[in-house]
This record gives sequence, C-alpha cells and structure tokens, in this order.
Amino acid sequence: MILAATGLHVGYGGAAVLHDVSIQVGRGQIITVIGPNGAGKTTLLNAIMGVHEGRGSLQLAGKDIGRLPVEARVRAGMSLVPEKRELFGSLPVEDNLRLGGFRFRHEPALARRRQLDEVYALFPRLRERRKQLAGTLSGGERQMLAMGRALMSRPDLLMLDEPSLGLAPLIVREIFTIIADLRARSVAILLVEQNARAALQIANYGYVLETGRVTLQGASAELAADPRVVETYLGIAKAVPAPV
Amino acid sequence: MDADIALILLQDGVVNGAVYALLALSLVLVFSVTRVILIPQGEFVAYGALTYAALDAGKVPGSIWMLGLLGVAACLAGLWSMRHHASRGAVLRLLAGTLLLPAVVIGVTLLLAGRAIGVAGEAVLTVLIVAPMAPYLYDIAFKPLAEASVLTLLIAAVGTHLALMGVGLVLFGPEGFRATAFSDAVLSIGSQTIQGQSIWVVASTATTMLALYLFFGFTLFGKALHATAVNRLGARLVGISTALSGRIAFGLAGVIGAMGGILVAPLTTVYYDSGFLIGLKGFVAAIVGGMVSYPLAALAAVLVGVVESFSTFWASAFKEVIVFTVILPVLLVRSLRSPVAEDEE
Repeated sequence: MILAATGLHVGYGGAAVLHDVSIQVGRGQIITVIGPNGAGKTTLLNAIMGVHEGRGSLQLAGKDIGRLPVEARVRAGMSLVPEKRELFGSLPVEDNLRLGGFRFRHEPALARRRQLDEVYALFPRLRERRKQLAGTLSGGERQMLAMGRALMSRPDLLMLDEPSLGLAPLIVREIFTIIADLRARSVAILLVEQNARAALQIANYGYVLETGRVTLQGASAELAADPRVVETYLGIAKAVPAPV
Repeated sequence: MDADIALILLQDGVVNGAVYALLALSLVLVFSVTRVILIPQGEFVAYGALTYAALDAGKVPGSIWMLGLLGVAACLAGLWSMRHHASRGAVLRLLAGTLLLPAVVIGVTLLLAGRAIGVAGEAVLTVLIVAPMAPYLYDIAFKPLAEASVLTLLIAAVGTHLALMGVGLVLFGPEGFRATAFSDAVLSIGSQTIQGQSIWVVASTATTMLALYLFFGFTLFGKALHATAVNRLGARLVGISTALSGRIAFGLAGVIGAMGGILVAPLTTVYYDSGFLIGLKGFVAAIVGGMVSYPLAALAAVLVGVVESFSTFWASAFKEVIVFTVILPVLLVRSLRSPVAEDEE
C-alpha cells in the first residue's frame, strides 16, 4: 500500500468539509475519486498533500506523514497537480520543470538532465515550448507542464485534481493516455475527476464522494455498472415514463 | 548655480543614490518573496556602518554579542518549529547555522580586532557579523507569521525595527562614528574631482546588481526564490519551503544592508538611528518601482539621491521633506491607475 488515509476529517472555520474519509492507493494502481461539485474532492487531495490541515491518520509507504509540512511530503515521495495548476507563469517552461526537481538539487547534473529528458519524452510538446514562458501556454499545455513538473520530483504517488478541466476532448484523451501510461512506470495515481466516465475507464478502483462522505466504493468496473453511479455520474438516465 | 556646482551635486547624488539603489533592490527582493516590507533594512545599514567603523578604529564591535544572542534565539525558534518532525540532519544543520557560525565569527573578530587586517578584511568581517542577523530575525519574528496578512507582517517589521534601533543604542552608544575612506585616490576630469570612495560606492553597487542578476537568472536557488515570489503554493508543491526562501531573501538583504553600511560609513557620520532615514529613501525608490520592478527601483533610487543632493544645496532645511514629497505624485498615479487596490493577493 503506497497511501493509506484513515478517518480524515477536514473543516473550514467550524464547517466540516470531510467526515471520516478513508481511502487507500496501492502501488502501480490508478484510484479515482468521483463526485459532484463541492463534495470535498479537492479538499481531500489538499489534506493529503498537507495544503489544508486535517485530522486523521495519513501514511505514505508505511510512514506517518500526517504532521509533515507540504515540502517534506514532496520529499517523502508524493506530488500534487492542483486544479489551478499553480505554474510559475513568468518563468520559461524548462525552468518550471527544473524547479519541479528541486528536491534532487544535490544530485549530479547528469541525473537531473536525464529526468528532464524523460519528462520531455512523455510530453514532446513541452520540449518544443521549453523556452516559452509558462504563462503563455494553452490550457492543454499548461496541464502537461503541471504534470511534467510534478513528475520531475519522481513521486511514488501522483495526485491529479481535475486534469481534464477546461480542456478540449482530444487533449483530454491524450492526457488520459499518458495517465494510463504512468501506471506502467509504477507511479501510483490518485485521480479526482468530474469526467467520471473517463476516470472509471482507466482506474482500478474508485470512490464516490458526496457531501464529504464516501458513499460508495468498488472496483471501477463494478462502479461503472452500479445503477446509482450510472444515473448520477455517467449521465445515462433510466427509462423515464413518458409525460402525460 | 553654475555648471561645476551642478556637476558636483550630481556626482554626490549619484553616489548616495547608488546606496539607496542597493537598499531598494533588497526591499523589493524581500517583499516579493516574503511579503514583508523590511523596515529594519535601515538598521542593517547602521549596524554595518558602525561595526565597520569600530573595526576600522581597532575596537571590538558590540554587534558581535547581538549576533550571538540572535543566533541562540533563532536556534530555539528552529527547534520549536521542528518539535513534531525533527530529523538528525535538520537539527545538526540548525545548530551549525545558528550556534556554530556566530561562535566562529565572534572568535575570529576577537582575534583580529585591533590588528591591521586591511579594508577588505574589515569589510568581509563586517558582513559576516551583520548579515546573518537578518535570517535569524526572519526565523524569530517572521517565519511564525508566514501566512499572515501584509499588514501584520508590516507591524512585525516595525517592531523589529524599533527593537534593533534600541539595541543599537546599547551596543554602539549615542555618539556617531565615521570610518576612514577606502582609498585616498582622487580622479580629476577637467575641473571635476572624483573621490576614490565615490568610485568604490558606484562600482560596488553595479557589481552587486550584476551578481543579483546572475543569481536570479542562472542558479536554481535564484529561480526558486523567483518561483516563491510568483506562486507561493506552486513553490511549496515542488518542495521549495517558504522558510528556506525567506531565509535566503533575508540573508541577501542582510548582506546588502551591511554592504550599504560599509559604503556610507566613510561618507557620512552614522549614528545608531541613522539607518531608518537611509532605509526610508531606499523604500521611496522601491515604491516607485511598485515593489516588484528591480530596474525601476534602482533608477528611482538614483533619482532620489540626485533630488536629495540638489535640495540640500537649495533648501537644506527642507531636504527630507522634498525627497519624501517625490513619492506623492507616484502614489497618486498608481492609485489612479489601479483603483481597486486591495492589499492582499
């Protein structure tokens, strides 16, 4: 098990956002969390990354990380691609990537260069744009850069918050192909998505998060067949009686 | 006024402006990385000047004890912040940075004070004594407030400034000091004479600017600072700790402040409370640069220096008034251009 979050509670100024949420991510797995807007999906990822404070137990590869600050969690081997990407807009693409590998700053330049080349191999578009300022990229390129930057820290667990948000369908497909590819490189992935269909297609296991609680979980094939998921998230309505 | 006097005033203004430019740069640097408006920058200048003057006079500067004290306080603050997740390496680094470093600097100072170590030796020693105080102060006063509003940070900065000024009175006494010039060389161009010290000031400023440019443009740490300035959350997400960036920014401000002090020490008599006014002029320049633009701030600093020297000539009683009035039209234009000026993100 790479990530085990047990009994997470998160609140904002008295209002509870997550109640007793427990999720697990195994090595080389893609785990997805689906659910409506405002269910607390982003809060869940932020709490795991340490951006928000929460109560509960958090273990990364068996080590307790619950009290570590964000930077130490990055060093422990996890990385978050946030919904707003949070790129360094006034720096070129390549500097964004190099900073992604900040935790390896003491490693020889050759090793860091190799990591950079690996990310460029995964996202050839970024190599073409490497001198361009991050702030001038298109939406799809920004998502690629955010993912590439996260991968530069060689995470064991990569968390993606709505990677398809605001992207054209063709780019979404490209991004999801790359996510599925990453699993083969033994990066575990925790994927939060509104696009439940695409997410369940590539995930091993899924959780449904509604108003801060896990209401349903199971292997993604089972979830995709579950009538409640089908009705609410996959958008195929059951036969409705014809209006009179 | 004839052309000769104008040229002399101009030269004087540029030299003072070069020092203000250094301070303006470090104010912009610290603000963009940590959102702290570094009021105590002036104290680093005063400490630098007075420490240098003391070494120059063959005395042991009182500031070494301040360095030791701040080191111990920073060490305690660091240990407290690590209480939940202390690793051996981190604790050792903390002890080396906050206890060993000041101890070595104090030892070396006691050993060398009174011996002829030359201008360069005295200058380096001054920077070693004064500059580390800045990151210690960051750890003590600003790191625990890192997520607070700009206003809260400003109030902490004012508090730090008042505390340092008071301590400065204890350490250096109420008398002013002036150091001897770095060089007695005098350059004559036509009817103009240029003091060696002026050349030193302008050259040091230019070198520092070049060094900062290279640091930000070509080193990973420089880029990490830039990254923290443009996107704090993004920086944390790639593992750049806000505390590390803050410490580096304050450390650079400390080095620059101490250098500014060394440069002005032979130009003017510095008292324990002289730093504030010098720092404030750097601040005027930084404001003209909008607290974000380095070149604009540096240019504005030279302008402030020139305005100051000409107003000293024409209306010396009003010279500070005139200098600080320069900021009003700038603020007016800025507030007109961005009518919704929220102070936060």
